[in-house]
Amino acid sequence: MAAKLILSMNGAVVQEYPLDKERITIGRKAHNAIVIDNLAVSGEHAAIVTILNDSFLEDLNSTNGLTVNGIATKKHFLQNNDVIEIGKYKLKYLNDQASQTTAADFEKTMILRAPAAQSAPKAADGNEQTGKLKTPPSSPQGMSPAPAVPAAPKPVSAPAAQPTPAPAAQPAPAAPMGTGMVQILTGPNAGKELELVKNLTTLGKAGTQVVVLTRRAQGYFITYVEGDSYPTVNNKPLGDQPQQLNAHDIVELAGVKMEFYLKS
Amino acid sequence: MNIEQALEIVSATHPGMVRSHNEDSVGYEASCGLVVLADGMGGYNAGEVASGITVSVVSSEIKNALQNSVAEDEDAGSGEDIGVMLLRKQVQKANASIYHAAQSQPQYAGMGTTVVAGLFYDNHLAVAHVGDSRMYRLRGEVFESITRDHSLLQEQIDSGIISTADARRSMNKNLVTRAVGIDANVDVEVHVHAVQAGDVYLLCSDGLNDMVPDDEIADAVKMLQANLPLAANQLIEMANDHGGRDNVSVILIKVKGDFAVQHSWLEKLFPWL
Repeated sequence: MAAKLILSMNGAVVQEYPLDKERITIGRKAHNAIVIDNLAVSGEHAAIVTILNDSFLEDLNSTNGLTVNGIATKKHFLQNNDVIEIGKYKLKYLNDQASQTTAADFEKTMILRAPAAQSAPKAADGNEQTGKLKTPPSSPQGMSPAPAVPAAPKPVSAPAAQPTPAPAAQPAPAAPMGTGMVQILTGPNAGKELELVKNLTTLGKAGTQVVVLTRRAQGYFITYVEGDSYPTVNNKPLGDQPQQLNAHDIVELAGVKMEFYLKS
Repeated sequence: MNIEQALEIVSATHPGMVRSHNEDSVGYEASCGLVVLADGMGGYNAGEVASGITVSVVSSEIKNALQNSVAEDEDAGSGEDIGVMLLRKQVQKANASIYHAAQSQPQYAGMGTTVVAGLFYDNHLAVAHVGDSRMYRLRGEVFESITRDHSLLQEQIDSGIISTADARRSMNKNLVTRAVGIDANVDVEVHVHAVQAGDVYLLCSDGLNDMVPDDEIADAVKMLQANLPLAANQLIEMANDHGGRDNVSVILIKVKGDFAVQHSWLEKLFPWL
C-alpha cells in the first residue's frame, strides 16, 4: 500500500490522505489535494512529489514556511514517521513499505520498465503488477523445481573463494565492548598507544609483515595480510584465518611486541 | 609481460545472510584478461539461470574469439577495438539466449540479469555494463566507480531530485532501468580506460555497495591490496556484517605490470610506408 499523510491538529486526527498521485499540493485554497483552511497557511503552501516508494516534500515559497521534525526546511526527502508542521497543523508521513514487504524482497533487484511514451512514473505499489514494474514472484523456500536447462549455467572457471559464513550479523554500528587499543611494548616506539577507531586498521611495514585489525559486532579480529613469516599472538603463530583478539593478548609483529586491550 | 602474468585475479561470492540461494554468478579467464560478474533476477531459480548464462556465454565466446583475433586490432565493421566489439556482441548474445529461454519456458518468464565485464588488453581495459553491478578502480589514493548504474536512483541523482547523501536511504535502490534478457535487444554501455601498473579494480554486485558505504569499501581495498584473497573475503564479510540482505559477489584484479603489446620494428615502420 502506498504511503500516506495523517493530518492532525492539537492531537486530534482530522483526515488521512494516501499519496497515490505523483504530485499533490497542500494549501488553503480549494484546488489543493490537502486543503487546510487556516489563514496561517498559504494558498499553495507545499507540494509532495512521490516517485514509486520515495516521497519528497517541497515548500512552495509559503509565507510562514514549514518544519519537518521541528526543523525548518525548504526541501526534504521524507522518511517513515516524519512529522511536517504547518502552523498549528501536523502531517505525519507514514510509509510502511519496509514493513509490508520483507527486507529481502526489497533488496531484490528488479527491472523498471519505462516506456518512453509514458510520462513520469506514478506512485506504484511494490507488489502490484502495473506493467511497469516487473515484480518477480517471490520464491517460496524449500520448493525449487529446478528444471534441467540445456544451457546449464555454471560460473566458468571460477574458483570462487568460499568465505566462511559470518556468525549472525547484526547491523550494530557501535561496538558494545568499548574501543580497542594497541599499546606498543618494545622498540623505538615503545609506550605509544593506538586507538582502533576505524573498522579496519593495518599494522606493520608494507612488504615486510602486515596484519589487519578488523572491528566487528563480535569484537576485534586480527588477520595476516602479507610478509614472509606469520606474526604471533601470545607466542603462537597466526595462520591464514582471522583470529579474535582478547583483552591483553600480546601480538608480535616484525620484531615489535604490542598489547591489545579494550578501553571502557 | 603477458596478460596472465600482469594480472592477479581473485573472485568470491556468497548468498548473504538472508537469501537461501545465490543468484549472482562470477567468472574469469586469466589467459585472456577477461572478468565477468552478473546479478540475476527472477523467481524460483530463474535469476541464477540468467546470470549463469551471461557469465558462461561472455567468457567462453570471447575466449574462443580471441584464439583467432587480437583484442587491440580495429574491427573492420565498426571501427572500434575488437575487444570492445566482442564485449558488446557477446553481452547481446547472452541477452538473446536469456530472452529466448524466458519466452519458451514459462518458469523463466521475466528473468533477467545485470552484468559488468572487463577485458584487459594492451595496457587498456574495456568495461561493459548493463544495470547496477559496478566496477571501481583504485589508483594511488583515489578509489572511484568507473561505471554509472543504469538505475532509477542514479537517474534521480543525475537530475538533482535526490542528493548522493540521501540516496542511501532511498526505497528505490533496487530498481534497474536496463537489464540483460528482458527485451529482444539490449543497449550495452562500453568504455575503454587506460590502465596503469599498480591499479586495483573491483567488480561487485549491489549486495556489496548497497550494504557497505563506499569509503569503507575503499579502505578495505587500499589496506588489503597486498593480499587479494583476504581483501575479497573481507569485503564479503563487511557486507554480511552490515546485514547481508542480498547476495554479494566481488572480483578483484590487481595490475602487477605493464602489458602493452610488443610491436616489432617492422610493424612500427609499417604505418609510415
